[in-house]
Amino acid sequence: MTVQELPGAAAYRPTPPPAWKPITDPAPLLPDPEPYRVLGTDAVADADPELLLRLHAELVRGRRYNAQATALTKQGRLAVYPSSTGQEACEIAAALVLEERDWLFPSYRDTLAAVARGLDPVEALTLLRGDRHTGYDPREHRIAPLCTPLATQLPHAVGLAHAARLKGDDVVALAMVGDGGTSEGDFHEALNFAAVWKAPVVFLVQNNGFAISVPLAKQTAAPSLAHKAVGYGMPGRLVDGNDAAAVHQVLSEAVARARGGEGPTLVEAVTYRMDAHTNADDATRYRVDSEVEAWRAHDPVRLLERELLERGLLDEAGVERVKESAERMAAALRDGMNADPELAPMDLFTHVYAEQTSQLQAQAAALRAELDAEQDHDEHGTEAGR
Amino acid sequence: MTTAAATAGGRTTKAKPATMAQALGRALRDSMAEDPSVHVLGEDVGTLGGVFRITDGLAKEFGDDRCTDTPLAEAGILGAAVGMAMYGLRPVVEMQFDAFAYPAFEQLMSHVAKMRNRTGGAMPLPITVRVPYGGGIGGVEHHSDSSEAYYMATPGLHVVTPATVEDAYGLLRESIASDDPVVFLEPKRLYWSKADWSPEAPAAVEPIGRAVVRRSGRSATLITYGPSLPVCMEAAEAAVAEGWDLEVVDLRSLVPFDDETVAASVRRTGRAVVVHESPGFGGPGGEIAARITERCFHHLEAPVLRVAGFDIPYPPPMLERHHLPGVDRVLDAVARLQWEADS
Ligand SMILES: Cc1ncc(C[n+]2csc(CCOP(=O)(O)OP(=O)(O)O)c2C)c(N)n1
Repeated sequence: MTVQELPGAAAYRPTPPPAWKPITDPAPLLPDPEPYRVLGTDAVADADPELLLRLHAELVRGRRYNAQATALTKQGRLAVYPSSTGQEACEIAAALVLEERDWLFPSYRDTLAAVARGLDPVEALTLLRGDRHTGYDPREHRIAPLCTPLATQLPHAVGLAHAARLKGDDVVALAMVGDGGTSEGDFHEALNFAAVWKAPVVFLVQNNGFAISVPLAKQTAAPSLAHKAVGYGMPGRLVDGNDAAAVHQVLSEAVARARGGEGPTLVEAVTYRMDAHTNADDATRYRVDSEVEAWRAHDPVRLLERELLERGLLDEAGVERVKESAERMAAALRDGMNADPELAPMDLFTHVYAEQTSQLQAQAAALRAELDAEQDHDEHGTEAGR
Repeated sequence: MTTAAATAGGRTTKAKPATMAQALGRALRDSMAEDPSVHVLGEDVGTLGGVFRITDGLAKEFGDDRCTDTPLAEAGILGAAVGMAMYGLRPVVEMQFDAFAYPAFEQLMSHVAKMRNRTGGAMPLPITVRVPYGGGIGGVEHHSDSSEAYYMATPGLHVVTPATVEDAYGLLRESIASDDPVVFLEPKRLYWSKADWSPEAPAAVEPIGRAVVRRSGRSATLITYGPSLPVCMEAAEAAVAEGWDLEVVDLRSLVPFDDETVAASVRRTGRAVVVHESPGFGGPGGEIAARITERCFHHLEAPVLRVAGFDIPYPPPMLERHHLPGVDRVLDAVARLQWEADS
């Protein structure tokens, strides 16, 4: 029996649903179709020359840091290094837009942002060297531990920003994630929480084209990653991730919004990963040289340097001075990393709980005994003369 | 670790029947009143007071910022709690039902359990994750899991589960006061169990990590926790008729594990049965039996036996009574200890 055959069906008039319309006009939340640029456009006239010079110096140092850290992997001084060469503008801008009281939530690729925020270059690498998970006190620097499970640091940023606001503190959290990380559930949950709570958070997606080997087209069917913001009720912004001035400006605006109590922003910086995923990865298996070369012509360091040279804000001598400072930083990093880290095996048990459980006490005693026996062995040798 | 629960000095307060649910709610309330950094968050914890009403009245008393209805996303809830704890708050998270805590496992395993360790002690996370767990309430699928084995197997977490009204209050106060993350497992089917308990003058409890002997006996020890404690107490009473004088140990805390109390008891009795309703294979009983064997081998008159739920996904409610270890299965195990006694 169909509906029409029901008794009284002729008189049936479906009532319309109660009136409904969206409460927010989505248009202002939508990103512009083209990534925002400053360098090489009229907008550059408004940029602060001091800031541009600072950005340039940091970019050069960042590029040098990436090269040095990669070299350290070849010498076996670092277990692994995910280089951010090509992405320095995003890294540096993320570090420089924040006030000292603000917090940075980096992913594993964002060592450079942490260093640009003032972290000791060696301390920033202990995770990747393999001696300590986090070589610094996160509270002291207001940099969360470099995070390897993808996107899991994003809800932390939201919670921290929310807590700060509840306490009446004027603190913003900036959280960084890759394009692949935007597919993880934690990304979506964090954005949703942030928008509902109006938490003072800025999400920075570094869209560097690939998640290890998987290109963006296989990651998402969205028009852009910035478009995802609309569904959560926050603005999405697209920016040229190789234009340090543009990234700095867009992030500054987002941070100001957050600080002003207007809630979170999702910023997608369109950039490119020039190196392989890490030193252990072979990028030739999944991408072609011509693509890499096209991006090389849009290099973030050269882009800014050319602008500064053309406008007479920087001369060859200035470029040299910046390079020398970067060399000094690299040498210090090399020296720091060439010293063997001091390992304390008994620390394995120190920071599991506030108070060691009896189970851990027993295990610590067993390891202590093993270590003592090893030392005896090293000092006296064995009868067998092994 | 301080003992947060305090006795009301000098005041004489009449104890009346109170439920475990009420004691848990009171513990949250008292913790929030005492420490402004304690925040409760979860699904439906605000206006509704939680689906089990544990958080009833908290939003009204302390405001939405202290007792917050979150979006429906467990990883988001626990992940946000991590950030809140990083900034000095003491979040208490409610996971609505045991099986719905699984979306948050990533946050729990990768961050909650490890943050202190990852940061060399710089960043402890004083988070309490309340998980209503276990069966016996006729819940449909995904509402009756006993997931304690996963939590126990994750270093960095404390795992606590009360079996009495008094412990529900005291252990939750202790868990919230702890500077380490605690997975606080609430036995659903004991939510409405009653005891004479005075919310105005709650008795002090010991710091988390201590087991307690609920019934002393000489012939064998039943080692249990949470929802299986009443089962074991009943079994012990029934066993008297068989000439068995059973000791019952309530673990209260699975991590840390109180080896001392357990070993002392088994050394006295020479026989032990571990009872829990979570699946036996890979379950807590195996670990507990191994620990007993390691410590009490020469005192044992019989192998340590386990009485556990079957190794099956939690069954439909109309079949759950076949799955859950009841008094008969406990007594069967006790009987199996007997032939060793004869030989
Ligand atoms: C939850 C999780 N799954 C898988 C991995 C393994 N993994 C490490 S990096 C990576 C790709 C990440 O790509 P993207 O988010 O674009 O960041 P990028 O490396 O390009 O900076 C994967 C799959 C991981 N770290 N975490």
